[in-house]
Amino acid sequence: MARKLSIRQAINEAIDQEMSRDPRVIMMGEDIVGGHGSEGEIDCWGGALGVTKGLYGKYGDRLLDTPLSESAYVGAAIGAAVCGMRPIAELQFIDFMGVCFDQIYNQAAKFRYMFGGKAQTPVVIRAMIGAGFRAAAQHSQMLTPIFTHIPGLKVVCPSNPYDAKGLLIQAIRDNDPVIFGEHKVLYGIEGEVPEASYAIPFGEANIVRDGDDCTIVTYGMMVHRALEAAALLEKEGIDAEVIDLRTLSPLDMDTILESVERTGRLVCVDEASPRCNIATDISAQVVQAAFAALQAPIMMVTPPHVPVPFSPVLEDIYLPDSTKIAAAVRRTLEGKRH
Amino acid sequence: MTSHPLALDPAAILQAYRTMRTIREFEERLHVEFAAGDMPGFVHLYAGEEASAVGIISHLTDADRIASTHRGHGHCIAKGVDVMAMMKEIYGRKGGSCQGKGGSMHIADIDKGMLGANGILGAGAPLACGAALAAKYQGKGAVAINFVGDGASNQGTFLESLNLAAVWNLPIVFVVENNGYAEATSRNYGVAVDSFVDRAAGFGLPGIAVDGTDFFAVHEAAGEVIRRAREGGGPSLMECRMVRFYGHFEGDAQGYRGPGELEDIRANRDCLKHFVAAVTTTGVLGAAALAAVDAEVAALIDRAVIEAKAAPHPVAADLLTDVYVSY
Repeated sequence: MARKLSIRQAINEAIDQEMSRDPRVIMMGEDIVGGHGSEGEIDCWGGALGVTKGLYGKYGDRLLDTPLSESAYVGAAIGAAVCGMRPIAELQFIDFMGVCFDQIYNQAAKFRYMFGGKAQTPVVIRAMIGAGFRAAAQHSQMLTPIFTHIPGLKVVCPSNPYDAKGLLIQAIRDNDPVIFGEHKVLYGIEGEVPEASYAIPFGEANIVRDGDDCTIVTYGMMVHRALEAAALLEKEGIDAEVIDLRTLSPLDMDTILESVERTGRLVCVDEASPRCNIATDISAQVVQAAFAALQAPIMMVTPPHVPVPFSPVLEDIYLPDSTKIAAAVRRTLEGKRH
Repeated sequence: MTSHPLALDPAAILQAYRTMRTIREFEERLHVEFAAGDMPGFVHLYAGEEASAVGIISHLTDADRIASTHRGHGHCIAKGVDVMAMMKEIYGRKGGSCQGKGGSMHIADIDKGMLGANGILGAGAPLACGAALAAKYQGKGAVAINFVGDGASNQGTFLESLNLAAVWNLPIVFVVENNGYAEATSRNYGVAVDSFVDRAAGFGLPGIAVDGTDFFAVHEAAGEVIRRAREGGGPSLMECRMVRFYGHFEGDAQGYRGPGELEDIRANRDCLKHFVAAVTTTGVLGAAALAAVDAEVAALIDRAVIEAKAAPHPVAADLLTDVYVSY
């Protein structure tokens, strides 16, 4: 009888509950309402993919449609955050970050440090991430490593409806700037979500599948691909552990290291481009902290170093899938005596 | 209506003079101390532009917020940021406005409504829109001011902010401090319109241009646009036509200046000289009162430099603090 929601609904509910709880929470973005100033229906879109639909009716002018002007409104969200509000800015596609990146990495991320600890910037920047939507090179990137690279930002990336709600509530209540990546392919997937409000602390990875033979570390849509790979491997008698990072900054290295010390093998799966990404980062940290525990080279499963292609055939080849992940796990187990 | 010292309360006039003189003394002293070599980093001086910061910010309270520029010392002092702490900050010391972690280009004091100088040109405009938006929700009649140079007013952030402020009817004033130079490039080269007021019109904002070396003209024009913003009348743009006494940064040899230009602006376009002439010829303030302020300010800046040089440097542990509220 547990209630099921999609990620889309879970995100909507998180925003709804926080706006209801805290009058300082406001939201702005392109077409988060939709229809302003026209003769037709107001709240006709509720965001590019309908995530915020219905909130305008409840909260009115606390939801602000913006001009197509990312630098101005993302910056305004950041400025309002410093001045006592708790804004949520929706960037639609994270690819648009390039337009307003200065406001994120030079302003929001640095205020607290640059100002000697006197500023708080409780802003959430929500954006769709990831490939698989046939959306081509400028609407399909992950870019999660770019934000993770920046001190002062927190980076969150849920893989399921329960986490989406709890992590977004935490993001809104958090006193630091948070980049909240929503995988566009996952919006429709359903899962159990409690109706009551709850926050999931940042920096706590989730072991979504226990196993002793090999550790697979990933996040976002790749959690599902890794679980599919684990199911394939199970038939071969290989028991993979799957860790869903949930947040990339802060990063729960403790959970990763505990797992690797047990399994001795690590596969890092990252949908982001392969150079300087989350997989390379974790690989380096594990080699440094737990080299003696490793019984095989660490494998990384990522897309190739190319933009995301439009052709469905090419995009499917581009993305890591369960076959590639399973093959990587097998590589780590080559030569192991069962 | 012509601006006139007699239209203002003498105590307010004396306070404005004290603030302008403090900025001038602060900047002139930085120029000397920077040349001496023990001041780290980049320093951009506001000397010559004091009438803009003080003429505008004297209409504000701590609840009103400003977003400033890389040339921000004057805005900070006018907004009430502690001069002693500012000097320590510029020397990179503990006890500075930002504990030595920000420096000249990042001095901020959120409690005073000073949202920061800014090392990124044009970046303050969206932030000031956010401050104005917050003020609108908070409903206490506060306003936001964005200072921008003539050069940075070409940035997309600034132009987008003009539109956003107009669309959302924000309580904000955009102040273009036109000192004639974007770093080393003339405003006449980098800005295609004759007046920034024309740009305001293009975004549906009222605009006004004033002689930025005339404190009383700035003060009067600012009073009107700030009052309109406070009363819900929406955003405005104000252009202050002014001069910069020093280079883009300290160490700039200013080869781009015309022959005699610096001597001319020092002699004929010095806002403090204009101020003194205006208040003494009208008899609002006497030379003795001004001289007393000058002496107090000189002593204050002396003390600030001595204390800053004696202040402790940050220690290694400070490197890692205040990145996040919690992590």
